[in-house]
Amino acid sequence: MNLKKYLKVYKKFLHTSLASELEYKTNILVDLITAILSLVGSIFLLSIFFQNNGYIGGWKFEQALIIQAIYTILNGITNTWFNPNLTEIVKHIREGTLDFVLLKPIDSQFFISLKKINPSGFLEIMLGFFLLLFCIRINQINLSFSFLSLSFITISCSICILYSLWFFISTTTIWFVKTWNAIEVLRSFLYIGRFPLNSFSFSLRVFFSIFIPIAFITTIPSEVFLGLSQLWKIVLEVIVASVFLITSRKFWLFALKFYSSASS
Amino acid sequence: MVQNIIDVRNLSKSFYISSKEPGIKGTIKHFFRRKTKSLKVIKDISFEIKEGEIVGFLGANGAGKTTILKMLCGLIYPSEGSILVSGYLPFRRKENFLKNITLIMGQKQQLIWDLPPIESFYLNASIYDLDKFEAKKRIKKLSEMLEIDEELFIPVRKLSLGQRMKSELLAALIHEPNILFLDEPTLGLDINAQRNLRKFLQKYNKETNATICLTSHYMKDITSLCKRVICVHEGAISYDGKLDLLLKKLSPVKEILIVCRSEEDVIKLENSGFTVKNKIKNEITLKIENNSITSSLKTILNNFDIEDLFINEPPIDEVIGKVLIKKDYDIKFD
Repeated sequence: MNLKKYLKVYKKFLHTSLASELEYKTNILVDLITAILSLVGSIFLLSIFFQNNGYIGGWKFEQALIIQAIYTILNGITNTWFNPNLTEIVKHIREGTLDFVLLKPIDSQFFISLKKINPSGFLEIMLGFFLLLFCIRINQINLSFSFLSLSFITISCSICILYSLWFFISTTTIWFVKTWNAIEVLRSFLYIGRFPLNSFSFSLRVFFSIFIPIAFITTIPSEVFLGLSQLWKIVLEVIVASVFLITSRKFWLFALKFYSSASS
Repeated sequence: MVQNIIDVRNLSKSFYISSKEPGIKGTIKHFFRRKTKSLKVIKDISFEIKEGEIVGFLGANGAGKTTILKMLCGLIYPSEGSILVSGYLPFRRKENFLKNITLIMGQKQQLIWDLPPIESFYLNASIYDLDKFEAKKRIKKLSEMLEIDEELFIPVRKLSLGQRMKSELLAALIHEPNILFLDEPTLGLDINAQRNLRKFLQKYNKETNATICLTSHYMKDITSLCKRVICVHEGAISYDGKLDLLLKKLSPVKEILIVCRSEEDVIKLENSGFTVKNKIKNEITLKIENNSITSSLKTILNNFDIEDLFINEPPIDEVIGKVLIKKDYDIKFD
C-alpha cells in the first residue's frame, strides 16, 4: 500500500467534506448545540441515577463520569466518521454508486469508511476530552506514561470494535439491501455503554461482553483510568479488537463477490 | 496488426431473483417465504474488441447490455466463461487495470453534489496519483475539448444536466483511460448536448485511440459513433458486425416517391412490374430493392415523364427496433 498516496487522498477527503459541510452553516450550528445539550442531558441523567445511593455497580458518580467522558469521545468519533460514511454504504449499494468506488485504484474499504467527515462531531470529541480531564482531576488520577499508553491502547481498541461492528452490519446490505434498523439497534446498544458493566445483571453482562461487546468499548478503558483494570482484560480487548477488525475486512472482501450492482 | 483489447469467451451470468404476488397476501407470503430462482441473464456469449474500436451494444431494456458492460469493467463476477480486458481478469480489479479503464453511467453520478466539479476532479486526480501540475494540465485540456469553463467553479447541484454530464465525463477521464465503458451517456440530454457529447467522444477516440464500448437507446449515438454493433437479445448475441451491413440486411428496400406530370403516367408505372406501396393522384411510392436501385431509376427516368423524385431511407429507429424484438423479426446472416 502506497502510504503517501493514501495520506494525500485523505487530505483531499478532509478538504472536500469540510467544504461540503460548510455550505450549510445553520446545520453545523444546530449540530453543535445538539452535541452540548446531549452531553448536559446525559450527565444530568447519570446524576439522577446516583442520587439515592451514591453507588451503582460499585462505581461512584465521579468514576462513572469517566465512562460518560469516554462514551462522549466515542460518540463524537461515531458522529464525525462512522455515521456520515458507514450509513452511506447502504445508499451506495441501493443506488449502485458503489460502482464508482470499486472502479477506483484505491482500497474500497478505505474510500467508503473515510470519505466524509462531519465537523460538528469534533466538538463532541473535544467535550469528551474536557470531561475526561475534569474526571482525572476529581478522581486524582496520576498521569504516568504506562497509564497514558494503556488508555491510548484501550480507547483505540474501542474505536476499532465499534467501527468493525458498524461496518459489518453495513456490509450485509450487499445481501439484504436495507439494514438501517440493525444500525439503529447497534446505536441504542451503545447508549448502554454509558453505564458501568457491573450495574447490569449477570446474563446481560455476558450478553454485552460476548455477543455485542459494549463492555469492551467503554468499561475497560474506564477501568484503566481508575487503575481498576487487570492486564488480562486489556489483552482480551486487544485480541477482540484485532479479531473484529480482521473479520470485518475479510467479510467486506467476501461480500463484494456477491455485489450485483443496482440495475440501470 | 491491431491487437484485441477485449476478449470474451463463453461468458454467462446468472442472478438469483425473487418474485412477489400482488396484494397483502402476496406481501406476507413474500416476507415469510421468499421464492427465489436463478435467472441466466447472459447466455454463453463470445466476442473480441480491437484496440481503438468503438462498439455499440444494442438491445431492448433488460436484454443484458449493462450486465455485459459491468462484467467487462470488473464490477460483477461472471458465472461462467472468461473475460480478458487489456490482458487482465477484470473482476480482480488490479490497480493497473483500473487505471486503464473508466465507466460512465448516464443515470448515476460521482461528482460531489454540493461542491464545484473542479473539487471532484482534484480528488480523482489524487486517487489516480497525479500531481497537481499534471492534474491541472489534464483538466485544462479536457475542459477545452468539452467546451466547459465557468461551470467548473459552480456547485454541481446548480448545473444543468448537460453541464453535469460534461463534468462527469471530465471526472471519469482525468486519468486518461484507454478503455471507456459508456452506459447510456446521453440519457436525458437535449439534442445539442447529445451532439456535443458525441463530437467529444469521436475526438477523444481519434486523439487517444481509446477503445469505447457504448450502450444507448438513442440511435443517433450508435449511428454517428459506432461502425460495429453487438445486438443483445435476452442475454444472447443476435448480431455482431458492421452497422451498415445490419441496416442493409434489415432494410433491403428503399422507398421511391415519384411525382408524375399526369395520372396516366402513374397508371403506366403501376403496371410496369414495380412493387407499389401507395399512390395518391399523380404521386406514386415504389419499393425497390437496394441492389437494383440504379437500373430501376434508369428505366423510370428514360420511360416516364417525371416531375420530381425522392429516395427515402426507412427511419433507422424503425429498422433497429426490429433487432430489439427478435421474436417478430428473426435476423439471419451469412
